[in-house]
Amino acid sequence: MGDYYVKLKNLVVGYNGKPLLSDINVGIGRGEIVTLIGPNGAGKSTILKSISRQLKLLGGSVLMDGNNVHELSYKALSRKMAVVLTERMKPELMTCHDVVATGRYPYTGRLGLLTAEDERKVEEAMEAVHAEKLGCRDFGAISDGQRQRVLLARAICQEPDIILLDEPTSFLDIRHKLELLAILRRMAKEKQITVIMSLHEIDLAEKISDRILCVDGDAISHYGRPEEIFKEEVIRELYGIDNGFFDPCFGSIELPKPEGEPEVFVLSSCGTGIPVYRRLQKENIPFAAGILYTNDVDYRLARLLASEVIAEEPFQEIREETFERALAVMKRCKRVIDAGVTVGPCNRRMEELLKAAENPAGPGTGGFSA
Amino acid sequence: MDMEKLKRRSRYALVFAVLSAAFFVIIIWNINTGNVHISVPEIFKILFLGSGDTTEYSIIWKIRLPRILMAAILGGALSLSGFLLQTFFENPIAGPFVLGISSGAKMVVALTMIYFMGRFKAVSSYTLIAAAFIGSLVSIGFILLFSRRIRHMATLLVAGIMIGYICSAITDFVVTFAEDSDIVNLHGWSLGSFSGMSWSNVAIAAAVIGVAFVFTFLLSKPIGAYQLGEAYAQSMGVNIKAFRVMLILLSSVLSACVTAFAGPISFVGIAVPFLIKRCLNTSKPLVVIPGTFLGGAVFCMLCDLIARMAFAPTELNISTVTSVFGAPVVIVMMLRRQKGR
Repeated sequence: MGDYYVKLKNLVVGYNGKPLLSDINVGIGRGEIVTLIGPNGAGKSTILKSISRQLKLLGGSVLMDGNNVHELSYKALSRKMAVVLTERMKPELMTCHDVVATGRYPYTGRLGLLTAEDERKVEEAMEAVHAEKLGCRDFGAISDGQRQRVLLARAICQEPDIILLDEPTSFLDIRHKLELLAILRRMAKEKQITVIMSLHEIDLAEKISDRILCVDGDAISHYGRPEEIFKEEVIRELYGIDNGFFDPCFGSIELPKPEGEPEVFVLSSCGTGIPVYRRLQKENIPFAAGILYTNDVDYRLARLLASEVIAEEPFQEIREETFERALAVMKRCKRVIDAGVTVGPCNRRMEELLKAAENPAGPGTGGFSA
Repeated sequence: MDMEKLKRRSRYALVFAVLSAAFFVIIIWNINTGNVHISVPEIFKILFLGSGDTTEYSIIWKIRLPRILMAAILGGALSLSGFLLQTFFENPIAGPFVLGISSGAKMVVALTMIYFMGRFKAVSSYTLIAAAFIGSLVSIGFILLFSRRIRHMATLLVAGIMIGYICSAITDFVVTFAEDSDIVNLHGWSLGSFSGMSWSNVAIAAAVIGVAFVFTFLLSKPIGAYQLGEAYAQSMGVNIKAFRVMLILLSSVLSACVTAFAGPISFVGIAVPFLIKRCLNTSKPLVVIPGTFLGGAVFCMLCDLIARMAFAPTELNISTVTSVFGAPVVIVMMLRRQKGR
């Protein structure tokens, strides 16, 4: 824990004196995006609320730039930390501009009147989240996506060093999710604002975060760079997924594969197999796939969805035993689907396989072409 | 944005201009009407030149003017108290009357009155204000106990109404067994009325409420932050605990003062802040606080005029009139909220 900007030291968090999570030790650099992931009720919000001082700590400390956050005055803290919360607020008769302007609170005088400088900062914050046109609209009458952006603008114009966001992408459609995260990313890198947030979308968490904190209800199970965290076993264990799959490479989540002996053999390469796999999975037909090089994009999905995959090392000529295995599996299948195979010098034997499929002597005959 | 600002400001100016105009017109109208009709030129002569018919002079200076000013001051205080309670409970239907705060004040004032009347044949205004303040705090204390356990708004209101009933029952009980001479005094008061106000009452009420108003106005900024919710307010640097204590104390002082002088008055605390916010089209405390005060003053003066004149020479209770006008506003408000969901 050298020169981190934010440090959580031996943190114990919980409600009403009952500890929920303990021994939280985390270091965060300036301008980094840290995402808390984990199942519902695991304590992500509890951690965020404890950092933002909405909840009393049950132990340990939150240090920011060397200062104990829980010992600063509220006023001093408000100039360093801003929040975007999940609770839906319903202020009456406030325009979006009014809501954003409340972010200037720590800087205005006794009566809270905005100076020209404050007004400029409000405008800037609204531009940063592409909400400049919403200024006069009633805050209660805008869409969820707009609301989250306005709340983010509010936090930005508080000019904090750190922003905490509790599930900022919930209720948003995919376009607005991406938009919001892109704004966060830019803000963190350009203005060196540290972002700590919780997300449900692990696929997006992987892509936006500098560090990931896995909260699993009893403890922090992992903390580290996304590439260290997003491994099949880690995610599966964290969320207790036993009937589905997670592909760390693309961050995609797959439904469980059809169980049983393969009924269909899919021949493909370079992604032509993917739509076929998906369709077979939806029909709940177990299938085999091959022969795929392990660096083929089809291989990544076949691994998760096919009941049997016949694979070959990349850039090698197809070996005899691999070919024999493929042929054997194919013979057991009722149908063969040729989804389109690109044949080059290394995988010339695929042509043999295709021919074998067309040969009516085998149990399987050429199926439809996808 | 500048265009928008200008539009807003002119709207505020318009609302305040209309309210101020109404304020003065109603004062004159109020002084003008009554069992003894006094013409408008005569009123100006008496008010500003200090001359004129002696009977009319004393009617204006001893009866009508203190009464109308008291209606204005207490009406403003009541509305402001309602606004503070609505902010505190984050509930637009909160107010000193529905939450049982007025009834709590009434109960303690009744007990105090009976005790002091029985012993010393007199009670000072200060004692009554203090008694009402204690009663308000007792009621609020109970409400806070409930609100900690139940987060639901409707349940909170039911709790308030129940506290109100219990306090009223106790008040009725002691009034029933009080001595005859006390009852006359108590009965009129416990139903709410602006009648029989003296200049010393006006001075005391003006001083107490004036101070509370200034403090409230200085709280505009944290109130504005609190409108976004407690968590956001704290993240903006508001010391929530201290702020909540201030809100409770101020709203109690304001409603206690009203109850001490005029008895419990219903619906003003809910209806006026609602109407004023709609008229101003904002909930910014910086304009809503003075607006609510002025609006409450106008509303109560008008209601008092109606209470005096509608069935003259019989006078109505002020609450009868405020309910007739205030309750429909509250119903409209609830219907609109339902639609907003």
